[in-house]
Amino acid sequence: MKRILSGNEAVARGAWEAGCSVASGYPGTPSTEIMETFARYPNVYAEWATNEKVGLDVAIGAAYAGKRAISTMKHVGLNVAADALFYVAMTGVEAGLVIVSADDPSMHSSQNEQDNRQFAKFSRIPCLDPADSQEARDFTIAAFDLSEQFDTPVLLRMTTRVCHTSSPVEVTEQQQQIPEKGKYPRNPAKYVMIPANARRRHPVIEERVSELSGFAENFPYNKIEYRNKSLGIITGGVAYQYAREVFPDASILKLGMVYPLPIELIRTFSESVDKVIVLEELDPFIEDQVRLMGIELYKPAKPLNSGYAHTKSIFPITGELNYAIVRHAAYQAGLINIDVKQEPINLNVSLPARPPTLCPGCPHRSSFYVLSKLKVPVNGDIGCYTLGVAPPLSAIDTCGCMGASIGVAHGAAIAGDQERHVAVIGDSTFFHTGIPALINVAYNRSNVITIIMDNRITGMTGHQDNPGTGFTLQNQATTELDIEKLVLACGIEKVLTVEAFQVDVIEKTLKQWLKEDGPAVLITREECALLPSARKRYLPLQVTDQCNGCTVCFRIGCPAILKSEKLDPKYYRPLAIIDQELCTGCEICAQVCPRDAILFRDQVIALRKSEEG
Amino acid sequence: MDIKQLKINYPNGINFLLTGVGGQGTILASNVLADLGMALGFDVKKAEIHGMSQRGGNVISYIRWGEHVYSPIITQGEADIILAFEKLEALRSIEQIRPDGMILINDYAIVPVTVSSGSSEYPDDEVIQESMQKFTSNTYWIKGKNIAEEIGYPKASNVVLLGALTALLEIDPKEVLRVIATRIPQKYYVFNEQAFDSGYKSIQNRSH
Repeated sequence: MKRILSGNEAVARGAWEAGCSVASGYPGTPSTEIMETFARYPNVYAEWATNEKVGLDVAIGAAYAGKRAISTMKHVGLNVAADALFYVAMTGVEAGLVIVSADDPSMHSSQNEQDNRQFAKFSRIPCLDPADSQEARDFTIAAFDLSEQFDTPVLLRMTTRVCHTSSPVEVTEQQQQIPEKGKYPRNPAKYVMIPANARRRHPVIEERVSELSGFAENFPYNKIEYRNKSLGIITGGVAYQYAREVFPDASILKLGMVYPLPIELIRTFSESVDKVIVLEELDPFIEDQVRLMGIELYKPAKPLNSGYAHTKSIFPITGELNYAIVRHAAYQAGLINIDVKQEPINLNVSLPARPPTLCPGCPHRSSFYVLSKLKVPVNGDIGCYTLGVAPPLSAIDTCGCMGASIGVAHGAAIAGDQERHVAVIGDSTFFHTGIPALINVAYNRSNVITIIMDNRITGMTGHQDNPGTGFTLQNQATTELDIEKLVLACGIEKVLTVEAFQVDVIEKTLKQWLKEDGPAVLITREECALLPSARKRYLPLQVTDQCNGCTVCFRIGCPAILKSEKLDPKYYRPLAIIDQELCTGCEICAQVCPRDAILFRDQVIALRKSEEG
Repeated sequence: MDIKQLKINYPNGINFLLTGVGGQGTILASNVLADLGMALGFDVKKAEIHGMSQRGGNVISYIRWGEHVYSPIITQGEADIILAFEKLEALRSIEQIRPDGMILINDYAIVPVTVSSGSSEYPDDEVIQESMQKFTSNTYWIKGKNIAEEIGYPKASNVVLLGALTALLEIDPKEVLRVIATRIPQKYYVFNEQAFDSGYKSIQNRSH
């Protein structure tokens, strides 16, 4: 039967149908929904790991123990998990192990657009690259079989477009029965990677690549579609869809397995068409390998993409493709005659941007307001609070990857930077990779001030539980990590937990600490304003006629505070009003207002009562 | 209209673009259109762009109905129908409409922070209308937000627009309501049904 599934839902479905019973991963756009979907299937275990490396170790452990296992992450998560990837590539597995990397071409919500097909080649494991939801489901199942057949982990490489596109998928209701494995493997020669064993394993995995390359020749998802033979296109992943749109009559070699490549199949295809090109997103991953096979690719009369020495011959190396980009590049390369179907009309009106912002009622806002006032250098981290960089708060100076804030701040401190550095990091990111960096601060005694913004959830990826929330992915009550105790145990003596909306307490504390020496940690604690429990407390505030348009409240960057049409009679400045649909009643604006012109919650309640009365 | 007529009117299938602001129900509406396309017998793809939309950003989704749909996304000048749940976002996506394509606009503004902070201005209705006229005259302004508020369920402006769309495409409203019912919690169905009917009638009343 057919149902509409997103690519992520299809991976979860495929894993379940393949009899996978263990999943461990860390949330990260665009991968998150794989775990969320899989966790709801019957008879499976699924967990949010503290980070991707832990998640992959867990999945490896399950696969060693004879259970089919999957580990999911966004592309940069595989950097974190790379250590695990490289040893499991060496050891192989007992039961099937699939590693899902969700890449993000065009960086819809990422810091880079690395092409993780490279990781497959780098670590010598096969890589499957689905082009739609049906393939996402089918390739996941194939990946488990491949993993067991070749004693290797398999990389299932997704991209944002495939993850977040829904299309009809043929599924079965039958779950594969995986035979019970015997006792836990006591096979140190294979599973203990001391140098002597590792040296013996390396030739084994190189041989495995050769065998896989041979297998790829007849792998059913590597297939040739012959149409007109004047142009042949070698493609894989979502780029196949654009190939079909732009070159409906061309012959296509569609590679479901993009590493290792089927050499003979590629040769046969290339020889049977007049000219051959490679169409792929991001890196020239297939293209470079095809060139190394000595196959001559079509060369445009004049070089394209000038400016990069290492680029692809026709299509852009940066950004997500779409068929307009593909069509334009093909036109420039002399492959097609028309650039666009019709001349586009341009709007020629500049529109106000709608950048993502900290939500109304966001508990991170108060800290950023104080930090921007104190003008200290702030090393930021990955999460909603990265939005503290946006004006008018403009309170973040660096942000690189998960957990980087504390180490980068420490680096500035020990380098002798004249200014005192503040690191800001969210609860989940702190658990992910912040803890070792904080231990490092304590151990090596720098005077970094760390703010742990504990909003009681993993926010940016859409509210996933984490070790601080007291619940697991499958909604089991569990131990709730005590951040303050943990910080103390790291060796930080100066630690304080405050309610995140208390602007004055945060300001007073930071001012005091900036005068003192030594490391310190401030934990600002308040639920994310979008959590259902927080929504129940929404109470929109009001501006009184005391407002004279001084603009201080606009500086907190709250979307609920608007400039009204009314002007202050003395200064002709627009007065503030509060959007009653957006305001949650967090009272940050009321606290910063120098004229007490914004009513606090109690005052609003009293006013309403008196109006009713 | 039955599916045959739909296929005659749209021989290459239909490319929908849905646009709005995080929290406006753009995703629900696109789920309904994807399910509906499949129920009508089309191949369907639905692509969502919602990286950080929960934080007040723009949400766009593409739904393509066709004999066989390859690319999940479309580009400039190739949307047959745009459903815009917010006026500014309608204008932001306008370059994607094909000549004389159909646009349904919720007559409602959500002011972005760049405007409330005073660094830019929200375009006037005349600017929006004139700019759109360059691309198509086939525009339908719908007071989705007002209608939804009258019903007592302000969130349902997305479903008001779906009702209007159903009338414009002459699809059997029962079919669409059946799909909507599978996508929302039962306790909200009555509100959604009312919102849908109001949207549907808002078009019918225009043409009679």
